[in-house]
Amino acid sequence: MLAKRIIPCLDVTAGRVVKGVHFVELRDAGDPVEIARRYDQQGADELTFLDITASSDDRGILFRIIEQVAEQVFIPLTVGGGVRQVEDVRNLLNAGADKVSINTSAVLNPQLVADAAGRYGSQCIVVAIDAKQIQPGRWEVFTHGGRQATGLDVVEWAKKMQALGAGEILLTSMDRDGSKIGYDLQLIRAVTDALEIPLIASGGAGTLQHLADGVKLGGADAVLAASIFHYGEYTIQQAKQYMAQQGIVVRL
Amino acid sequence: MVDIAIIDYGMGNLRSVHQALRAVAPTASIVVTDDPQEVIQAARVVFPGQGAMPDCIRELEMRGLRAAVLHAARTKPFLGICIGLQMLFEHSEEGDISGLSILPGRVVRFASNLRDAQNNKLKVPHMGWNQVQHGNHPLWEGIDQNARFYFVHSYYVCQQDAQFVQATCCYPQSFVCAVARDNLFAVQFHPEKSQGAGLMLLKNFVNWVPV
Repeated sequence: MLAKRIIPCLDVTAGRVVKGVHFVELRDAGDPVEIARRYDQQGADELTFLDITASSDDRGILFRIIEQVAEQVFIPLTVGGGVRQVEDVRNLLNAGADKVSINTSAVLNPQLVADAAGRYGSQCIVVAIDAKQIQPGRWEVFTHGGRQATGLDVVEWAKKMQALGAGEILLTSMDRDGSKIGYDLQLIRAVTDALEIPLIASGGAGTLQHLADGVKLGGADAVLAASIFHYGEYTIQQAKQYMAQQGIVVRL
Repeated sequence: MVDIAIIDYGMGNLRSVHQALRAVAPTASIVVTDDPQEVIQAARVVFPGQGAMPDCIRELEMRGLRAAVLHAARTKPFLGICIGLQMLFEHSEEGDISGLSILPGRVVRFASNLRDAQNNKLKVPHMGWNQVQHGNHPLWEGIDQNARFYFVHSYYVCQQDAQFVQATCCYPQSFVCAVARDNLFAVQFHPEKSQGAGLMLLKNFVNWVPV
């Protein structure tokens, strides 16, 4: 059976891995290449790197990080942050990314998703959605690192991205991000049920039970987490064993 | 003469394949090439592929690589990966096009609304780590039965001829995920992204002497 995936997320700025709470208050977590290697050894199913500042100065640093990781780690690597044109997708793939994640630019220019998927294939295009609850059972898409409201409904937006060629959706609850109180399961369920393509749940994982809930209750195909792995609370292997005990199929 | 030529027909990222081969064959000369002559002269050939099959076939034709691929598939250790497997067959539902017809069989899409035994929805593309039930070809040497490999695909090979089947996988029905004939071996999954088991398969390919 296909295994549910556990994906550690490395938010990178100025060559360091950091983690914020509700998208702000950054805390240093270490060297990205070293952390990537550690997660690979622990059995991570994929790795995601998000360039959270995405300034032009940092771009060169990010490319060098991806190149170094890709030389040593033979699992899928997703890279996102600051992807504005098809050229950016190409450059990240050439640096060693297997998938590229598009967030704000997908809203500003949805055609970018279609063009990138048309050129490089849906399998390497992840659309990241930052979602905020606006009323019970309704969520709105936010962009620019969660600072800007768009008026777009999350479920409709995810379906549109699927139709344009996204191969996967990375769904982050802004209300839960960094909170460690668990994923927004209602949000995950609403979006995953509306999609044919896989969904990665993100935002709020603080315990191993939260990871299991994301899959069992939320219906996610993969769970993404940062803080619980970065600061040594749990290893990936512990997370997988815990999920396996709950009857979830994982790659052990 | 190079040891291993990775065929580049402009369809995306071949760096992963290159890196993984370098890791298992550090002393080999490995090139990523779109030069038919270099493919014909290489000792071994890797035929990767991603994206949509119609684009892959078109780019292959445009670069004049079709004959070189056919030659390599007939004459030397040859490893097809993902779309590089699918293109070996006669026909694909993706774009309703003809393949290279090196092997008999068709490529078809996973049905929509797939469900597992617990009635959970199964997504397409089939993406992630799934278990592989394999035969006893030399390329499986040292790889556990039911080892997990990384897949990402929406189409699969519908192969009637059991003699070519070297491995199967379930989603939720059993499908063919590896085929072999003489000097040719091809897999649906991505060995270059499948950590230990994937590197082992690539290592076996690099050392493979077809009989």
